[in-house]
Amino acid sequence: MRSALARFARNRLALLGAAVLLGLLALVALTPLLFPDDPFRLVGPALQPPGGRFLLGTDTLGRDVAAEIAYGARTSLMIGLGATLAAILFGTLVGGLAGYYRGGVEIALMRLTEFFQTIPAFVLAILIVAILSPSLTSEIVAIAAVSWPGIARLVRGEFVALGGREFVLACDGLGAGDARIIFRHMLPNCASAIIAVGSLLIGTAILIEAGLAFLGLGDPNVMSWGLIISAGRAVLRSAWWICTFPGIAILLTVLGINLVGDGLNEAMNPRLRER
Amino acid sequence: MRLARFLGHRLLLAIPVILGIVVLNFFLIHLAPGDAASVLAGESGAASPEYMEQLRHKFGLDQPMATQFGVYLLNMLHLDLGYSFRNDSPVASLILDRLWPTSLLMLTAFGTALVIGTLLGLAAATGRNSWRDAVISLVSLVAYATPGFWLGLMMIVIFAIRLGWLPTSGFDTVGADNEGWDEVWDVGRHLVMPAVALSLFYLAVYARVMRASVLEQVGMDYVTTARAKGQTETRVMTGHVLRNALLPVVTMAGVQAGNLIGGSIVVETVFGWPGVGTLAFNALQSRDLNLLLGIFFVSACLVVVINLAVDLVYVCLDPRMEL
Repeated sequence: MRSALARFARNRLALLGAAVLLGLLALVALTPLLFPDDPFRLVGPALQPPGGRFLLGTDTLGRDVAAEIAYGARTSLMIGLGATLAAILFGTLVGGLAGYYRGGVEIALMRLTEFFQTIPAFVLAILIVAILSPSLTSEIVAIAAVSWPGIARLVRGEFVALGGREFVLACDGLGAGDARIIFRHMLPNCASAIIAVGSLLIGTAILIEAGLAFLGLGDPNVMSWGLIISAGRAVLRSAWWICTFPGIAILLTVLGINLVGDGLNEAMNPRLRER
Repeated sequence: MRLARFLGHRLLLAIPVILGIVVLNFFLIHLAPGDAASVLAGESGAASPEYMEQLRHKFGLDQPMATQFGVYLLNMLHLDLGYSFRNDSPVASLILDRLWPTSLLMLTAFGTALVIGTLLGLAAATGRNSWRDAVISLVSLVAYATPGFWLGLMMIVIFAIRLGWLPTSGFDTVGADNEGWDEVWDVGRHLVMPAVALSLFYLAVYARVMRASVLEQVGMDYVTTARAKGQTETRVMTGHVLRNALLPVVTMAGVQAGNLIGGSIVVETVFGWPGVGTLAFNALQSRDLNLLLGIFFVSACLVVVINLAVDLVYVCLDPRMEL
């Protein structure tokens, strides 16, 4: 673990990504102080260009774009983390069962995983949110539903490899139950792989969330980056800043997450490098 | 003959996938709050009570679940995807009408991403750790993190509004009535920005995969042999490495086919491109769930077809592939 951290710290790009993410976390933490008002509140004249009293300008209704972006950061992180955690839980369950029990269970579960990897993910996510009606929960459910297959394949592979190792056979020989072998011995051994691959999922999840919100499938009562862009689209000709700044926020966030994720992958999974 | 058997085998494998999509659609209809008939009718309240009754009868919604599923499956297999009340037209023909613009956009974006991505990956790998490699890696890192719809909006601001070089939206100039090459030119001008916005992400993906793949191949014995024979570096790359290095890129292209369809929904919406994506957006606006289900079904079938094509390309590239 320590050597992995050292390897991570030597990766300059990963450190840059970590710095970007720290900045974002600071923004989220300081939001209530910087922008005490509700981001939906009208605070000034409509369509003020950036640079004046409002650093990033105001939108079509006279809301502060900077405040909207700060509150949107919280939403994006919440959905990104929530959906990734759900996807990891479900993917680990499916992959773990398949890799531990093998045989028919494995064939059935892996077919299911491949099926979910084949079908158009974003279209399915749209359908799920549309059917459950737009809200934070349905966005998390939809994104998790299209993100778990990668984790399932990873965990299955790790479990199959671990299953033949001596320490697992020894546990089995000593009479340890399935649950004990899985939770005490096998899962901790693939935790680092799961964390590394899962960290990259957060970035994808944030991109999917932005797309959903852009199409009008975000929670209408919660500020999000996609929502700002979709509202600003109508006045793109006269007010470029409304669409521009939230997009930069998305880009920087996802870039930071990807850099950190790549760094984690190289540090923790030297075997998976360049794959 | 062997090729025909191979294709037949792959088609057999596609059947469970198609069936799976039907099951998933059926499940989603019943996941929706309220009556399944109101989901199938689209916008709640818009359909007449007679039509709702007809729907219930047609889909056997008063029957047990198993019968309902049987009826639904039968309808889907006949490509009877239902009727869109909002658009006053059968779902299947609505989608078919929009298939051509979407295919044009997707193929253009896909081809651009594949060709340029592969070339960039090759350029990065041959100049490993040089400034060329660094620039290409940086560009693909940024492209990896850029939402396609935002990129599209920014291009509209710069190239259409500020510079006035390209049209902002649509498939061709309304009312221009161009013919022949004029029409091709006109559509081409409208196609540039959506195709770039859609392809950039995949371009980055293929560049990354290609770079890693070339670097892996360059260390192989056959490359050393080719060099020992005195072949030029260009000849080693184009004649030996390229074909082998392309295999993982082709695999990745198949994996990404489904995502390309999803990406085209947001990009088409941004540019008002009259394809399946815009149809999906309009269906969302009017909560026409059955039309959305139809689009999901058709796009999933499309992915199956694309994967078949990828398998064929794979066989052509690598004769060692077991047919």
